[in-house]
Amino acid sequence: MASFTSKYADELIANAAYIGTPGKGILAADESTGTIGKRLSSINVENVESNRRALRELLFTTPGALPCLSGVILFEETLYQKSSKGTPFVDILKEGGVLPGIKVDKGTVSLPGTNGETTTQGLDGLGERCKKYYEAGARFAKWRAVLKIGPNEPSELAIRENAYGLARYAAICQENGLVPIVEPEILVDGSHDIQKCAEVTERVLAACYKALSDHHVMLEGTLLKPNMVTPGSESGKVAPEVVAEYTVRALQRTVPAAVPAVVFLSGGQSEEEATRNLNAMNQLKTKKPWSLSFSFGRALQQSTLKTWGGKEENVKKAQEAFLVRCKANSEATLGVYKGDAQLGEGAAESLHVKDYKY
Amino acid sequence: MSCFKSKYADELIANAAYIGSPGKGILAADESTGTIGKRFASINVENVELNRRALRELLFTTPGALQYISGIILFEETLYQKTASGKPFVDVMKEAKVLPGIKVDKGTVELAGTNGETTTIGLDGLGDRCKKYYEAGARFAKWRAVLKIGANEPSELAIHENAYGLARYAVICQENGLVPIVEPEILVDGSHDIEKCAYVTERVLAACYKALNDHHAILEGTLLKPNMVTPGSDSKSRAEPKVIAEHTVRALQRTVPAAIPAVVFLSGGQSEEQATVNLNAINQLKGKKPWSLTFSYGRALQQSTLKAWGGKEENVENAQKAFLARAKANSEATTGAYKGDAQLGEGASESLHVKDYKY
Repeated sequence: MASFTSKYADELIANAAYIGTPGKGILAADESTGTIGKRLSSINVENVESNRRALRELLFTTPGALPCLSGVILFEETLYQKSSKGTPFVDILKEGGVLPGIKVDKGTVSLPGTNGETTTQGLDGLGERCKKYYEAGARFAKWRAVLKIGPNEPSELAIRENAYGLARYAAICQENGLVPIVEPEILVDGSHDIQKCAEVTERVLAACYKALSDHHVMLEGTLLKPNMVTPGSESGKVAPEVVAEYTVRALQRTVPAAVPAVVFLSGGQSEEEATRNLNAMNQLKTKKPWSLSFSFGRALQQSTLKTWGGKEENVKKAQEAFLVRCKANSEATLGVYKGDAQLGEGAAESLHVKDYKY
Repeated sequence: MSCFKSKYADELIANAAYIGSPGKGILAADESTGTIGKRFASINVENVELNRRALRELLFTTPGALQYISGIILFEETLYQKTASGKPFVDVMKEAKVLPGIKVDKGTVELAGTNGETTTIGLDGLGDRCKKYYEAGARFAKWRAVLKIGANEPSELAIHENAYGLARYAVICQENGLVPIVEPEILVDGSHDIEKCAYVTERVLAACYKALNDHHAILEGTLLKPNMVTPGSDSKSRAEPKVIAEHTVRALQRTVPAAIPAVVFLSGGQSEEQATVNLNAINQLKGKKPWSLTFSYGRALQQSTLKAWGGKEENVENAQKAFLARAKANSEATTGAYKGDAQLGEGASESLHVKDYKY
C-alpha cells in the first residue's frame, strides 16, 4: 500500500477508531497560555498556573462527563499537571476511558507576498517532541492549519503549504505512535455565502488528501478536524439541515472512507448552534462512511467558564453546565439531540472572534 | 461547491447511479476495428463490417442477457449500426433499459524520455464529438489511460499526465451530457507482488481524484474503471480471491471519495471465471464500501461466446447461451451471490492476458 508501515500501526488504527466511537467526541482544552489568558480575563480571572490547572481539573473531574468523551486535547503544560489531590491529569483521563492528546504546532506565521495568509510552524524537532509526549501518555496530536476566504484567497500557495505541512506533521506523528488530527481550518470570517465555503472546503480537503497520500500517511490511523460548511460570519445564518447537507457533501467529495472519524471544530459557533449542526449531520440519510463527531473548545466550555468565574464555590454549578454540553454533543453524534439541553448563560452566544488566533 | 455547473447535472447523476444498480454492470464492446480484428483472427473470422455487426447483434439480442447489463460501451462504428432487421442498436439497448456508451479516446502515444510510458490522446474537438454522440443516443463515455509497473514506473510524469488527461476528458464529457468513465488502468504485466500493485494503485487513484477536483468535475456524475489489485502476471505469488478483494477494497477506501456512485472493474486479462470470482469476493467482503462494485468487462464477458460462435450463423444460439451464462454469473457477483456454478463455456478458465495489451 502507499502508506509506510509504522511499528505503531495497529495501535494507531485502534486509537483513531476509538476516538470516533458513537456517543463520544473530543474536548479541545489545548488553549495556549496566551489564549487561555484571553478566556480567563473575560471572566476576570488571573492567568496564572494554578488557575489554569483549576479550570482543567474542573472539566476533567466533572462527574459523568468523561463517558461522553473519547479524547481531550491538551496544551503541553497541562500534560504534566496534576489534580489538587496529586493525581496526574493523564491518569484521570485514562481511568475515565479518555485518550490524552497534545497540541504540537507552534502557531502561524504569515506567508510573504500573500494578503495576510499564513502557514503553521512546528516541524523542527517534532519527532523528538512526539516521542516525549507519547512517554508522558499522549496518544494523539493536533496541528492547526489556517486558511481564509477572500476575493483571491485562499491562494494556491497557501493551500499547498498548509496541506503539505499537515501531511509532514501527520507522518512524523505516526512514526512516533500518535494519531494525527489533521485540522485545515477555513475561518468563518467574511461575507461569502455557503456555496463559496463549500467550494473552498472541497478544494482544501482534496489538497490535504493528496498531500497525505504523497507523504505515505496511513489514513486509517488519522482523524480529520475540519470546519463545518456555513455562510461567512457577516452573511445570514442558514438552518442546521442546510449546514449538514453542504458539509456532508463536501466530505463525500473529498474524504476517503479509510478515515475513521471526522471531528468538527466549532470555529466561533455558539454552544447550541454547534450541537444542532452536528445533530443535523448525524440525522442526514446519505453515504457517511466515517463517524461524525465533535472536537469543540469554546463550544463546550463557554457557559462553564462563565458559571465558574474562577471561584471555588461555583465549581459544582460550572461542572453541571459542562456536563449539559457534553451530553448534548454526545446525543448529537447519534442524531438524537432534542434541543432540550438546559441552556447555561451564554450557550446561545456567538463565540466568533474576528480572525481568531489561538 | 468546487464542481462546475452543468445543465446536464441531474441527468449525469441519475445515469451514473443507474449504471451502478445492484445486479447490473457494463459490457465493454468497444474494441476498435484493429483490436476486434485480432479477436476475429483467433476464431478465423474475416474482419469486415458485416461480421463486426453480426457479433454485436449476437451479444445485444441474447434473450435474457440485457437485464444484467446497465450499460454497453461501443466503438464509434457500432453506435450507428443496426440489427439485420434494420433496428438501430441504440434502440435495442434503450428498450431494454441499457445505456449506450461510447469510447472517445484515440489510443496512446509514448511519453518522450520515459521507459515506454504513454499518455492518451483524443482531447482535440472532443466537445463536438461528445455532442454528436449524445445526439446519437450515447449517455456515457470511456477513456482509457494506461500505466505500467516497473523498476522506476510509473513515473511522476506518467501519473500526472494521465491523471490530468482523464480529468480534462471528464469535464468535457460532463459539459455535453455524457457520464465519463475514468479508467486509469495499471497493467498487470510484471513480476511485482500484490503489495506493490496496491501501492501503485493508491498513488494513481489519489492523483486522479486530485486532478478531477482541480478540474471541477462533478464526482456524483462520474464512474471509476480501475484494475483490481493483484500480483503481476509474472509474479511467483498467486493470490486468493479474498486477498485480492481485501487489497482492492482497501485501495479504494483510501482514495475514492464516497460521492462516486460506482466502481466498474476492468478485467485486464483475467479469465472469465477469475474475473467473476474476484468480483464476487469483493462484494462479499465486510467493510466500508460506499460505492457499488460491479463489472465493465470486455474479454471476460465475450471469450467463450466468441469461441462458440466462430463466425457461423448456426452457432449463434449456442454462443448466446455462453454469453448469457457469463452475464448472469457477473450479475450474481455484484451481490456476492455467485456460487461458481456457471456453465463453464470453452475457454472460460483461460487466461486472457496478452502482454502489454493494446486495444
